[in-house]
Amino acid sequence: MGEEDYYLELCERPVHFEKANPVNCVFFDEANKQVFAVRSGGATGVVVKGPDDRNPISFRMEDKGEVKCIKFSLENKILAVQRTSKTVDFSNFIPDSSQLEYTQECKVLPEKRSLKLLKSQNINVNWYLYCPESAVILLSTTVLGNVLQPFYFRAGTMSKLPKFEIELPAAPKSTKLNLSERDIAMATIYGQLYVLFLRHHSRTSNSTGAEVVLYHLPREGACKKMHILKLSRTGKFALNVVDNLVVVHHQDTETSVIFDIRLRGEFDGTVTLHHPVLPARSIHPYQIPVAGPAPVTSQSPVPCKLYSSSWIVFQPDIIISASQGYLWNLQVKLQPIVNLLPDKGRLMDFLLQRKECKMVILSVCSQMLTESDRATLPVIATVFDKLNQEYKKYLDAEQNYTMAMEAGQSRSSPLLRRPVRTQAVVDQSDMYTHVLSAFTEKKETPHKFVIAVLMEYIRSLNQFQIAVQHYLHELVIKTLVQHNLFYMLHQFLQYHVLSDSKPLACLLLSLESFYPPAHQLSLDMLKRLSTANDEIVEVLLSKHQVLAALRFIRGIGGHDNISARKFLDAAKQTDDHMLFYTIFRFFEQRNQRLRGNPSFTPGEHCEEHVAFFKQVFGDQALMRPATF
Amino acid sequence: MVMVVRNPIIEKQSKDGKPVVEYQEEELLDKVYSSVLQQCYSMYKLFNGTFLRAMEDGGLKLLKERLEKFFHRYLQTLHLQSCDLLDIFGGISFFPLDKMTYLKIQSFINRVEESLSIVKYTAFLYNDQLIWSGLEQDDMRILYKYLTTSLFPRHIEPELAGRDSPIRAEMPGNLQHYGRFLTGPLNLNDPEAKCRFPKIFVNTDDTYEALHLIVYKAMSAAVCFMIEASVQPTLDFCRRLDSIVGPQLTVLASDICEQFNINKRISGFVLCCVFTLKHLTDLGRVRPSPRWRCDRLGSGVLSVPVVVALSEKEPQFKFIYFNHMNLAEKSTIHMRKTPSVSLTSVHPDLMKILGDINSDFTRVDEDEEIIVKAMSDYWVVGKKSDQRELYVILNQKNANLIEVNEEVKKLCATQFNNIFFLD
Repeated sequence: MGEEDYYLELCERPVHFEKANPVNCVFFDEANKQVFAVRSGGATGVVVKGPDDRNPISFRMEDKGEVKCIKFSLENKILAVQRTSKTVDFSNFIPDSSQLEYTQECKVLPEKRSLKLLKSQNINVNWYLYCPESAVILLSTTVLGNVLQPFYFRAGTMSKLPKFEIELPAAPKSTKLNLSERDIAMATIYGQLYVLFLRHHSRTSNSTGAEVVLYHLPREGACKKMHILKLSRTGKFALNVVDNLVVVHHQDTETSVIFDIRLRGEFDGTVTLHHPVLPARSIHPYQIPVAGPAPVTSQSPVPCKLYSSSWIVFQPDIIISASQGYLWNLQVKLQPIVNLLPDKGRLMDFLLQRKECKMVILSVCSQMLTESDRATLPVIATVFDKLNQEYKKYLDAEQNYTMAMEAGQSRSSPLLRRPVRTQAVVDQSDMYTHVLSAFTEKKETPHKFVIAVLMEYIRSLNQFQIAVQHYLHELVIKTLVQHNLFYMLHQFLQYHVLSDSKPLACLLLSLESFYPPAHQLSLDMLKRLSTANDEIVEVLLSKHQVLAALRFIRGIGGHDNISARKFLDAAKQTDDHMLFYTIFRFFEQRNQRLRGNPSFTPGEHCEEHVAFFKQVFGDQALMRPATF
Repeated sequence: MVMVVRNPIIEKQSKDGKPVVEYQEEELLDKVYSSVLQQCYSMYKLFNGTFLRAMEDGGLKLLKERLEKFFHRYLQTLHLQSCDLLDIFGGISFFPLDKMTYLKIQSFINRVEESLSIVKYTAFLYNDQLIWSGLEQDDMRILYKYLTTSLFPRHIEPELAGRDSPIRAEMPGNLQHYGRFLTGPLNLNDPEAKCRFPKIFVNTDDTYEALHLIVYKAMSAAVCFMIEASVQPTLDFCRRLDSIVGPQLTVLASDICEQFNINKRISGFVLCCVFTLKHLTDLGRVRPSPRWRCDRLGSGVLSVPVVVALSEKEPQFKFIYFNHMNLAEKSTIHMRKTPSVSLTSVHPDLMKILGDINSDFTRVDEDEEIIVKAMSDYWVVGKKSDQRELYVILNQKNANLIEVNEEVKKLCATQFNNIFFLD
């Protein structure tokens, strides 16, 4: 197994706490993600460490017996300690002061140091499970324990959601509790709350191995069985949810697999069957840094025993080793997956759903274009299409938002939010900077392939109706010009595959000396832009096509505002006297029409040209003012 | 090479009653025939390589043999009496297409060239009009000439007669498609089928490449695949090509047809109305035959040829456009080319005037415009702007010069508004 093969890892900076031992009890609070190390019932100290805060809270409390559970309220204001099965002790927590406790069997009013019963429900409960992220509690009811009653907490109220039944593996033989809380987890996946049930034996006898059944638990409506994750093995499992992936750890083999419910699975009409996205792999080996005085640190770190039986797993992504005193967050490494998932289309589908995907996606794109590792054009096209579909989705959302803002809907609809640009939005500039620009410069890549790839990307953008940026067109032109493929370029321009723009027209002008038709292509483009009339005049004048320039400007009705001097200069340079005469006469006529006099005004700075005209054609050739 | 053309003669009765032979040298346009002559050489060169190469390979004897063999057949296909301005241009008619469909075609070509790596160049045509050429312009020009005046017409005849049904028998494991070879094997299921393709020579000025020409067609879309002559294509290769290209090309052809019809409706083309087959048969001009069939069966929408058929209803003007830069030509004067003869819809006298105007244009380098009133009262206008030429024949006998000028301006504004064409 290569170093690059591990796609799961424990976070680099775990929460370290004093490991559990007879005098030190360790507790974990899922809501605040805090670890409590309670030494001697609290008398010799309680140390609380969270994943984010690097400053642990430590305090002492009176030893009033064995602590069964200990937690803080949100923001660490109230400490709750459970010492007997029926009572919970509360204390307002003020750092660095002694704690005064108050007891209640179950809303806490800290200012009155009392609690208030808000609502009560009478249900026989076997066990419960609480998901802090979604504020949903799940109660196991009935004798078998497989009817689950969810409640949803919001703004101090508690609402009952429809109960649902978990299908047990086989018809239960006895009437004792059949569903254990160990086999149930709750997690939010792609914004939806799911109840995950680890079914050790499939209901269908022909398939062996355990599976994870996902029940979708919506805020409104009934819970519905949606997905089945096939584990194809048996033994001890633990679940985590990381970056919307369901991670299933298998203790016997000391490996884990991941599932992505958004990837296409086998749909049987009611539920979708999923297989692991990737082959099973162990979590990346982890070295425990050896703490100690400076001279001893040269000692090599100790490898951490992974998948240890003392591991406890919490949702969504927490692994705790009480015996070693560590709390880790599980992480998914995307780079190794690139080589484990050969189907590039599926790989893109997978990556596009991940949080930190952009650089990996770009590296996949670069990789599939390198000579040694080159993908076929249909595969490349599929990848581009997937990227641009996501890109277009964002552009559309952004446009809808802008339009709604302009229409003034922001006040009436509080739901209107600026769309979030996730890392999955890989735009043209990203592709140009990180992939295409470098790709076109590689000497070893055949130009045919370079052009095919660029055209494929442009095709994909067009297919999703995304306006192509001119720098991509310039890349195409540059590549074609480098290989003298002017006729190809001509055809692309003829079919407007390379969209009109002033920068492109200028680029074409610059190519005229290598490829004369570029001049015509450029003028056509300027004409179509319809905002580049000045440029057209300049181009024609530079080519000494003075008459053509004048006819053009007259054709679009701009001849009253042009500089006579500019045209006379150009006409004089041609050394064609008849042309000069024609142009001169045209402006005399313009003067006559606009001012009633054919002569030029001093502001037009045409004295030199008038003198030249007289010199060549004589004074009498000057147009006389019309007299009525 | 020399071509001898005899001046047409007419016999007149002189005053004394004796017949006098009068040579009508004005009737012949030198430039048309010098162009035809050059075309003859280009066509010879396309299939045989240069004269020089023949001399090197086998001396004068070989050259004579080749010339004999080629021209014996080729000369019979020349219809010198109907040569005109279009022969001077030797242009290429491009198929108008939207960007997206064009990009799809690009994608198709690139993919085929990738999977059939012996394919060196590809050209794509639809409805006998060019869409893409991987060959250089000059080579494409003559290949286009061959395809549109020789190969395609030869295959249309049997199609019209309904001899070889385009819908092939379904083969197991093969997607049904409309693809077939115009050159090479006729029946891929016949293990004895000959995979012989015409050999062509391109880039004779520098790299001098010899290639096999594979022409493959699905509905109105035809693709030329050119492969290195040193590689002999096998029946297996042809089957592979058929299985890769056939289904894709069939879909593409129907996409192009559909897209073209949509565009035509949007752009408000001169004859944008959509006629059903029934209407046309009512008009009594067109008989429903495979050639008029729309590519997407059952849609009842007809494509290009119908427009030609309807334009017989004498529009106000007819024109020929040619761009020297990309050899693009467009003519509403010429009817569809048939294998036997190219038909024009105007009187030969008018065609001659067009030729004369063209000769005038050739003499000067600058942009020009010539307006002529023909003996038959038609107005003929020639415009030259940079590298483009436009010839218009107006059927407004009572119009004056100013009105004619306005008409042409209008025509330019509708037909050529996306190019820089001076008024």
